[in-house]
Amino acid sequence: MDDILLLDAIERYKNGEMTTQERIFLEELRKNNPDIDQLAVEHIFFLQQLENAANIKHFKQSLDEVESKLVNEGVIARSELKGKAKLVYLWNRSRRNIAVAASIALIVSIFTAGMFSAYTKKNTDKVITPLVDYKFKQVDAKLKQFEKKLDQAAVVSALPVAPKPKIEANFRATGFLIDVTGYIVTNAHVINKARNLIVENKKGDQFYASPVYVSTSTDLAILKINDTSFRNFTSLPYSIRKSSAELGEQIFTLGYPRDEVVYGEGYLSAKSGYSGDTSSYQISISVNPGNSGGPVINRNGEVIGIISSKETNADGVVFAIKSKNIYNALDEITKSEKIKLPSSGTIKGLDRVHQIKKIEDCVFMVKGN
Amino acid sequence: MINNKEQLLLEGLAANEAGAIETIYRENYGIIQSFILKNNGYPEDARDIFQEAMIVLYQKAVSDSFELSCQVKTYLYSVCRRLWLKKLQQLQRYNPAIEIGEETIPIDEDLEDHEKKNEDFLLMEQAMDKIGEPCKSLLEAYYFQKKSMPEIADFFGYTNADNAKTQKYKCLVRLKKIFFAQYKNGG
Repeated sequence: MDDILLLDAIERYKNGEMTTQERIFLEELRKNNPDIDQLAVEHIFFLQQLENAANIKHFKQSLDEVESKLVNEGVIARSELKGKAKLVYLWNRSRRNIAVAASIALIVSIFTAGMFSAYTKKNTDKVITPLVDYKFKQVDAKLKQFEKKLDQAAVVSALPVAPKPKIEANFRATGFLIDVTGYIVTNAHVINKARNLIVENKKGDQFYASPVYVSTSTDLAILKINDTSFRNFTSLPYSIRKSSAELGEQIFTLGYPRDEVVYGEGYLSAKSGYSGDTSSYQISISVNPGNSGGPVINRNGEVIGIISSKETNADGVVFAIKSKNIYNALDEITKSEKIKLPSSGTIKGLDRVHQIKKIEDCVFMVKGN
Repeated sequence: MINNKEQLLLEGLAANEAGAIETIYRENYGIIQSFILKNNGYPEDARDIFQEAMIVLYQKAVSDSFELSCQVKTYLYSVCRRLWLKKLQQLQRYNPAIEIGEETIPIDEDLEDHEKKNEDFLLMEQAMDKIGEPCKSLLEAYYFQKKSMPEIADFFGYTNADNAKTQKYKCLVRLKKIFFAQYKNGG
């Protein structure tokens, strides 16, 4: 205990928090007692080291913030997510994906078609056949998916009256309603570079939207649907949690890593996010590009977070922004926007299937270019 | 050599102001990136090297004997050039036949100083990792995030600030022990 008092005294001495009297007393003590002097010298040196480390850490954080801002602005070339970049954002630059999917499908269909004709003609080539079988199974799903997409695309373009001029989107992510009049929360990194934004519900209805709030520091954005065809909801099924969630809470999410809504579930694994970031949680859940901006909901039907990113080198290490940040954001725009968050959810106690049925109408695909 | 604007910039840098950092990035990043891309590097190499050079500049700006005898631009370029040469040699991607840039200003001392400080920093980080929880979070909350003792007591569930303080000192003593054990072994 005496040691602690002494260390405390030395620390206050170093920080200049002592009264003159105290200081003189400590200096006397050091002068008359070499052991204490030695301890003081050592401890001050150590505290200095600790302070230096803290400063460097802060400075590195600032560097990272500035860097990611400039990467988003295009001043710094985006790297291929190697080495330093340990986080991947979960929104989907789908143009490239679709191109890849298309080329895979093309190659595979030529390949399998060739193989089929070869196989049906002569059943001799036994070394190759099982290989093809295997591959065929593997790519079958992809092919089907692609064909389905093609069919959908064909249907859409066959209809002469498209509901509205669509924009050619080059990314896809997720967002969800926080107000019945059409305010949607998503990630800032999703919409940062977008010129045009649309949101799409699970039926495929598209609405124009524009950001009313963007914060790169919390990575939150709020969009407002400004489209006459949007009908206000009567109520939202979930509420937005203001206090912190608990470790180990079962959670689930809905999102658009694909063209249709996808469900995933997991648990809250830590109360802080990437490298101790206290504005987010670490959760364990399976997500893919496109899940960014999706709600993280607990079993009581409260939104506790917003999916934002995952760690590249580790499986299932996903980060979600704490829902509290939505409240903070609203405080900032309270003058210009009238947003009323849902006060109580209506899905508490329902089984999961019914919870999802109610929620999925409120989860939107966020697209744009 | 050094004008008023640069002086302000460096003061901002020493105070860890995002605005100053951003200005320095905007004015210098392009040159460094094209230098590194031209010399066998990737964009992410440029980011790493530039960050490290910024830390060198920061350490210089906060040091007592701070004095910059040339423009920030020249200084950063020289530091980056040296750091990149060293990295190339480590990666064995260096081809001595290629002459990369010219020697600009002497920066040996600064780099040595930086290396020493970097070692100390890593040592502290390692010691922090070794003391375990809740010590690590507690010390980080106090010394890194500069939280107050009542806040910490509340967050970590101590009954009052004095209890938290006692715990903090116990943790600090442990951290010091681990730190000096490594420090005296020459890191």
